[in-house]
Formats: sequence, structure tokens, C-alpha cells
Amino acid sequence: MYRPMCRPMWRETQHQFAAALRDPGAAVPTDISAPYGFGVYRNNVAVGLIDALADTFPVVHALVGKDFFSAMARIYSRLFLPSSPVLLNYGADFPDFIATQEETRATPYLADVARLEWAWNRAYHAADIAPITIDELAAVPRQAVENTGFQFHPSTALLTSPWPIVSIWQAHQESDPERLLGKLPEHGQAAMIVRPQLNVLVRALDPVAYDFVRALSEGERLGQASALVLDKGSLGLSGHLGALFETGAIIGLTK
Amino acid sequence: MTNSIDPEQAGVGLKAAHTCEILETKPPIGWFEVHPENFMGDGGPPHAYLSKIRQDYPLSLHGVGLSIGGSEPLSIDHLDRFKVLIDRYQPALVSEHLAWSSHRAAFFNDLLAVPYTEETLDLVCDHMDQVQNHFKCRVLLENPSTYVAFENSTFDEVTYITEIAKRTGCGLLLDVNNVYISCSNHQTDAIGYIDRFPVHAVEQIHLAGHDESIDPENGRLLIDSHDRPVIDRVWDLYGHTLARTRAIPTLIEWDNNIPPWPDLLAEATHANAIMSNTLNASKSPHVSPHVSPHVA
Repeated sequence: MYRPMCRPMWRETQHQFAAALRDPGAAVPTDISAPYGFGVYRNNVAVGLIDALADTFPVVHALVGKDFFSAMARIYSRLFLPSSPVLLNYGADFPDFIATQEETRATPYLADVARLEWAWNRAYHAADIAPITIDELAAVPRQAVENTGFQFHPSTALLTSPWPIVSIWQAHQESDPERLLGKLPEHGQAAMIVRPQLNVLVRALDPVAYDFVRALSEGERLGQASALVLDKGSLGLSGHLGALFETGAIIGLTK
Repeated sequence: MTNSIDPEQAGVGLKAAHTCEILETKPPIGWFEVHPENFMGDGGPPHAYLSKIRQDYPLSLHGVGLSIGGSEPLSIDHLDRFKVLIDRYQPALVSEHLAWSSHRAAFFNDLLAVPYTEETLDLVCDHMDQVQNHFKCRVLLENPSTYVAFENSTFDEVTYITEIAKRTGCGLLLDVNNVYISCSNHQTDAIGYIDRFPVHAVEQIHLAGHDESIDPENGRLLIDSHDRPVIDRVWDLYGHTLARTRAIPTLIEWDNNIPPWPDLLAEATHANAIMSNTLNASKSPHVSPHVSPHVA
């Protein structure tokens, strides 16, 4: 089809428009009337992305308050716009960004709480796969047990922190977080996040259980991983396995 | 599982806050609309609940992320993700916006204005052809609410949209609240806009509440906030629209400051009342424009 070669005006204007949306100091594109109206778009973009981050990180929002959160989210969203229209994937780097902010030094646990919330968000939207029960492990022939590996539910995440992130997160699931925030443990916590059915589970793991589950999730066979729990604590291998299967995180065995 | 919308029964935008109440009480509402972008995760509660809703009600997928007015090629990844949802949920209606939202791999999360020129008309028509081919269904294009105008525009909005519908065979989603907002912001006549709009191509109507701000130069500036009830003047404009048309599936959008479910349902019920009053009035010989005044 014949089309006369025209200068691509719109591409240039759109580029100016986009640049002016990102930078409140940038001039409004010259061929736009109503510069005040342009401010509506600037505000919509900023507020929309701040709200999206507040939806994904509600505990961080509650911990620092609306004004502080908005200021932080405004800077982040200006630097890192979403790379796709699927906003449920937006904010993966927000925890790392929080960690680099001078203003969050007084709340050093904040970035790790944000990491937990990001893991919760990933788990919430992960694929639906039914877990298996420990009976399937029990059915494995005795000589094959040592060499059995575990397939984890795609929603599973493991993280560890020098701060009691699970207790902080759990306190904010209650109607009166302050009551529980006054009784936080004085040690760090490891967290396991998984969504075997509709509800996302957030569990604190003791250090031995964390190392065991982490090793299995990284592909170690049961024989190797079990060395991590032997002679450590009263739970024993069967106790650790029972607790792991009870979370619903295991969806298959590999031989 | 019904797939067709009764055009005389209004629908509403489905909000997570209302979903459990809807599933428990199965309220008398015509249909629901969702933004497909919110359902582009792999699984989890969003899909579980939408699947249940879909068993009881027809559905509309109303995209906010294709960036049809953008100067760059459409994202094939996004078209694919959208098509997966069309195949899965079998919507009765599929729509997008006459706007852009992405530029150079960045998504701005807003529906941004497009200049109305020959250049962008070709672009938007090519994009609509691509979308309809990709989805293998008719797609409706929605008129935007705009806060700026481009000095190089050579078409008025109605002429531009009429041309898109003519060239691509797409359907149109007439957002009456957007008409009210844009006409107020650009000091043009909303009634005249509706009277010239190609209503034969309109397959869906949107209604929503808006916010009012002040532009120091031009006075009132209306903002499409979807955070409150539809105002009377927009209801009036809706009635004026229906007087020109047949029954058209109508949807209430309320996306921020979400009200209790009964308040949202009441908005849909009000739309039904206007629809039935207007359709009955146009059937009545006393007010029908089709009856010659000489008869009396």
C-alpha cells in the first residue's frame, strides 16, 4: 500500500510527553494546550504507581506511615517505571531500593519486611498445583529414600533476616499490631512462604529447619540434606519432614 | 454458564472487596467487567474467584495496557497474555482505550492523550486491526477522558473515532462520563458530541463518577476518578444517549474509594431505570420522534 513518507511527528511528541511525565521539572511539550491539564497526567502516573506499591507492600506502608511511604515510593517509581502493564509484577526491586535509602537507617528491618511482602505477592499469584502428602514419601522403597529429591510448589520462598520479620509481619495481620509489636522476639527469623491452596502461609522456621528446607529446595537429595538435622534439636528427621509436608510445599518427588 | 449480556441489565466493575459477598448472595446484576491486567498472574485467588464469578455471570474484559495510541509497535507478549484470558474466560465483550500508556519499555499506568492527526489515525487503525486479528474477535474502542489537547490535531474526536470504526470494523465503547469530562475540559458541547457519535457501532456504555479541580487559567477541570457516584448531569447525558439508540449494555465503573456493595448495586439499578424509562418513552407515540406531528 502506498503511503507518503511523513515525518513521524507523533513519535517525537510522545517522547517529549513521556519525558515530561517522568520529570516534574521538564517542560510540557510545546504543542500541547492547557499545561495545567498536563499536571493531571503527571499526578495520575505518580499516584497510581504509589498506590500500586502500597497494595503490594501494606506492612511496609503501615510501619513507616503514609507520608514516608509515599515519598519513598514516589522516588522509586520515578527511577524505575514498570516494564509491563502487569502491575502485579511491579516492585521486585523495591526492597533493595528501601535498603539503600538514607532515611530508612532508623528502621533497618524495613527492607527485609519488604522482601517478605514481595515473596507473599509472588506466592499469591503463583501457579496452582496440588501438594502431595507424606504418604508418597512413605511409599518410596527403603533403598531409594536416600536418593529422593523434593519438588517444591512454585509459590515457595525462603528468606532469612537478622530481624524478627515474621513476627513483625504477623503483628500487622491483627487488628491491633501495636500490642504484638511490643513483644517481638529479640533474634532474627527465617521465613517460609508458600500457597498450597488459596491462602498464603507465612511460617517462621528455626535455623536448623531453614537449612534443611533450603538444601532440599536447592535440589539436594534427602540423604544429603538429612545430615543437616541429625543430632540437632529434638525434632529429628521425621519431625522436620512432617512439618515440611504439613505446609503443603511439596508437589512431587524426584528419583 | 451464560455468555450473552442482556442489554437492559447493567453491570459493574468487579472489585476484590465485593467478590465474596457476590458469590454468597448472587445479587441480581447483569454482568461484570474486569481489567485483564489484574488477572495476568499464573494462578491464585484472583483466578479462583473470577472463575466462580464467571460461572454465574457474563463477563467483559476491559484492557488498560495495550497502548493502542502509542507510536511504537504493540507488545506481542501483552497481546498473548490478553488472548490467554479471552480463551479462558470467554468474555461477552472485549475492549480497550483510545490512549497510550507505554513508551520505550516503560509503562506509565495511565490512559494518556493522543493527537488526532492523519498520522496517528493510520497508526491506531493498524493497531486495532492487529488486536482484532490477534484476539480473533471484535474489540471495542473507548473514547478517552482528556486533560490536554494537541495543537496539531486535525480531527475532532468524534470524526476521528468514526473513521477508526469505519476503517477497522471495530466496535465502540461510549464512556458517557468521559464525554462529559472531556467536553467540559475543552469547553465543547457534550450533547453535540453524543448527537454526532456513530451510535450504530456502540456496543457498550460506561458510566462513572468524577472529581472536580480548578485550572487557574480555564476554570473548572474535571478528572476521571471513578471514586464516587455518577452525577445527575451524566445520568441525563446517558438518557439523552439512549434516546438515540437501542438498549446497550451499560456498566458502572467505581475503582477508588470503593463503596459497600449495595451502594454500587444501586447505581446499576438506577441505570436500569433510566434505560427502561427511555426505551418505553421512545416506544410511546406521544414522544416518539418517528411519529409525524401532522397525525395529531
